Amino acid sequence: MEASPVENLDTFDKRPLLKILKKYAKKKGILIPLLQETQKIYGYLPRLALVQISEATNTDISQVYGVATFYAQFRLAPVGKHLIRVCHGTACHVSGATRITEVCEEEFDIKDGETSKDLKFTLESVACLGCCSLAPVMTVDDNTYGRLTDREVRKVVEKLKK
Amino acid sequence: MAVSNNGKSKIIVGMASCGIAAGAQEVFDSLAKHIAEMKLDVELTKTGCIGACYREPLIEIKTAQIPSVIYGDMTVKRVKQLLEQHLVNGQIISEWAVVGEGIQTSEQDLFENQRRIVLRNAGEINPENIHDYVERDGYKAIQKVLKDFKAEDVIAEIKNSGIRGRGGAGFSTGLKWQFARQSESNEKYIICNGDEGDPGAFMDRSIMEGDPHSVLEGMLIAGYAIGAQQGIIYVRAEYPLAVHRLEIAIQQARERGFLGKKILGSKFSFNIILKLGAGAFVCGEETALIASVEGKRGMPRLRPPFPAVRGLWDKPTNINNVETYANIPWIILKGAKEFASLGTEKSKGTKVFALAGKIKRGGMVEVPMGMSLRDVIYKIGGGIKDDKEFKAVQLGGPSGGCVPESLLDTPVDYDSLTKTGAIMGSGGMVVMDDRTCMVDVSKFFLKFTQEESCGKCTFCRIGTKRMLEILERITEGKGQPEDIEKLESLAEYIKQGSLCGLGQTAPNPVLTTIQYFREEYEAHIHQKKCPAKSCRELIEYRVIPDNCTGCMLCARVCPVDAISGAKKEIHYIDPEICTHCGACYDACKFDAIDILTGVLEDEAKTA
Ligand SMILES: Cc1cc2nc3c(=O)[nH]c(=O)nc-3n(C[C@H](O)[C@H](O)[C@H](O)COP(=O)(O)O)c2cc1C
Ligand code: FES
Repeated sequence: MEASPVENLDTFDKRPLLKILKKYAKKKGILIPLLQETQKIYGYLPRLALVQISEATNTDISQVYGVATFYAQFRLAPVGKHLIRVCHGTACHVSGATRITEVCEEEFDIKDGETSKDLKFTLESVACLGCCSLAPVMTVDDNTYGRLTDREVRKVVEKLKK
Repeated sequence: MAVSNNGKSKIIVGMASCGIAAGAQEVFDSLAKHIAEMKLDVELTKTGCIGACYREPLIEIKTAQIPSVIYGDMTVKRVKQLLEQHLVNGQIISEWAVVGEGIQTSEQDLFENQRRIVLRNAGEINPENIHDYVERDGYKAIQKVLKDFKAEDVIAEIKNSGIRGRGGAGFSTGLKWQFARQSESNEKYIICNGDEGDPGAFMDRSIMEGDPHSVLEGMLIAGYAIGAQQGIIYVRAEYPLAVHRLEIAIQQARERGFLGKKILGSKFSFNIILKLGAGAFVCGEETALIASVEGKRGMPRLRPPFPAVRGLWDKPTNINNVETYANIPWIILKGAKEFASLGTEKSKGTKVFALAGKIKRGGMVEVPMGMSLRDVIYKIGGGIKDDKEFKAVQLGGPSGGCVPESLLDTPVDYDSLTKTGAIMGSGGMVVMDDRTCMVDVSKFFLKFTQEESCGKCTFCRIGTKRMLEILERITEGKGQPEDIEKLESLAEYIKQGSLCGLGQTAPNPVLTTIQYFREEYEAHIHQKKCPAKSCRELIEYRVIPDNCTGCMLCARVCPVDAISGAKKEIHYIDPEICTHCGACYDACKFDAIDILTGVLEDEAKTA
């Protein structure tokens, strides 16, 4: 597991994590919700948090890590301040999603799946956001944009960069 | 000025995820503002997916004089004029209308050929207000069951209705319930599968967002029938609005006594909780889903034992799809007979489809089983976007297949669709036109299943990878003569050597495209041509000198500066620099960019 530079025993604030651990204590089948809430707090799953979860729930760290790497939702590295997700579901694929990702790559100067060096933007592909009739679709944080064209994407990006 | 009316006027805004993505929230806010400013006596409310997604944002206006008009493509700019004309002056703006009672629009037939059971409340109720659901006979079915039915009666009724699971495999729901009922245990579970993994389908999302109580009520009835006390809805991580609305629904149902201990004074207790998926397609498979709920990696296991015998926490568990549950209250209230009168001999009732892709009227539709694909696509879907040529329709997502024009008269029922090599699936229907390359589509699905394979079975894990490599080289113009046969034999091995449905069906998109579009594979392999002009390595962009006006638009949009030419001069695309992204083609207003395929080969031959 790659440790991120911001991860350091001295600066890692585990108080919010302890709170969640308490909430889920002694319940069964809670590993996934625990990881989900942890990620909500830290934006990703810091290594130290995984260790803490393993100890608190009496689960092998290998199992915790196994679950964390199985599901696409979990990340082991920090994400950018803004998360850009371009849909590559079937409807979006046949409506030109490849081009949408390319435009984002050009605009943010990062490749699909990467985070910009200043930790501002992360670009990802996802399979279907459930708005297929508006294909091609992308989301920026909690906002969804549909019926995209090159120009629309650049407009969205411009607003975001401001 | 207020509208003179007996019943109060009502404006309903479609606020499902897709509506919101298209700007419904802004429209809603603007309506609220103008209604207040103009002091109109009108109730403003929201609803889920109205169905005509291609015209989102949608709003419906009901007044005493004009029973109902649905307007599409609503924008903030149009709000004031619409309020003035429709509400104040009582005039319909027919150019903006999608459908309406008493007016003629070109889309009038959109709803006429549908039959709405699952979507009975879609667009009619505010999903965040239980009152709306109750008013439309909501929770009457569970009351009827608690009062008049023994568990066995419920199962008999569901069996007699003939309903089969809507999640893909199409197993008899009544039988499934019976098995779970027969398993002895004091602890049993009801699970609702809301994982909706098919990338290009959104029926279950729309149901959960638009009518969450119908799902809860269906689960309640199932719980009563099999003797379970606990229900779990497993929802896909990408559906935050569905989660939000389900949470509200569960809370309100508890407050009203429809969920909890001793429901409505009976001996029956039932609770429902939500579990959020974490982004793994395989978790739609029932045994993987159960593993995931237990907090493990979502790996399928061998069946039998089926979940009805050993499911969640090793207890008997009944698992059904969202749409399956949403049908149940209707069946109980209207009777099995009424349900069974719809559809075909072996496929009863209706099916919801999510129409998407190159179709004019993409959206949510519900039709009686047995309607032909052609009618769904042309009569309801309005045909192909931009009047292009129909090429294929993909059904069943990564487990399904592509059905060609020659089979468009196939009725939509489980068995007829399976015969084509596709499957009913959960209801995703993605339409493709002549610019869609079928080899690319099969590569797309295989890439998906390859990435989503959980890795347990060797053939699924590695076999799909080998197939993907072959498809990749074919689309890159490096295909080899024996590639088609190789794909076919690998497909057979993967089908036989995989434990769960993911691997067993992963080759379907490849096999059906080979079956129906073999010549397209051959063109890629032998002539290095992509007939759909879509595979980048096999196409070439050229300026058509006669059409080029030298407007420079293409040169400006080209991301790699491959286009040269001064203003009013004919432009030139440098093939050495061009990355075949197609930006110039999309930008050109004079049809001056041509896409050629196989030119390099042809030119090499003539040179
Ligand atoms: C790889 C795979 C993915 C599946 N995904 C889903 C899904 O997203 N939603 C669903 O309801 N069923 C899905 N199923 C089918 C379920 O295993 C199960 O058959 C279904 O939920 C049963 O409900 P039904 O009888 O109401 O159809 C999937 C099956 C496989 C093999
Ligand atoms: S395919 Fe992109 S939203 Fe469904």
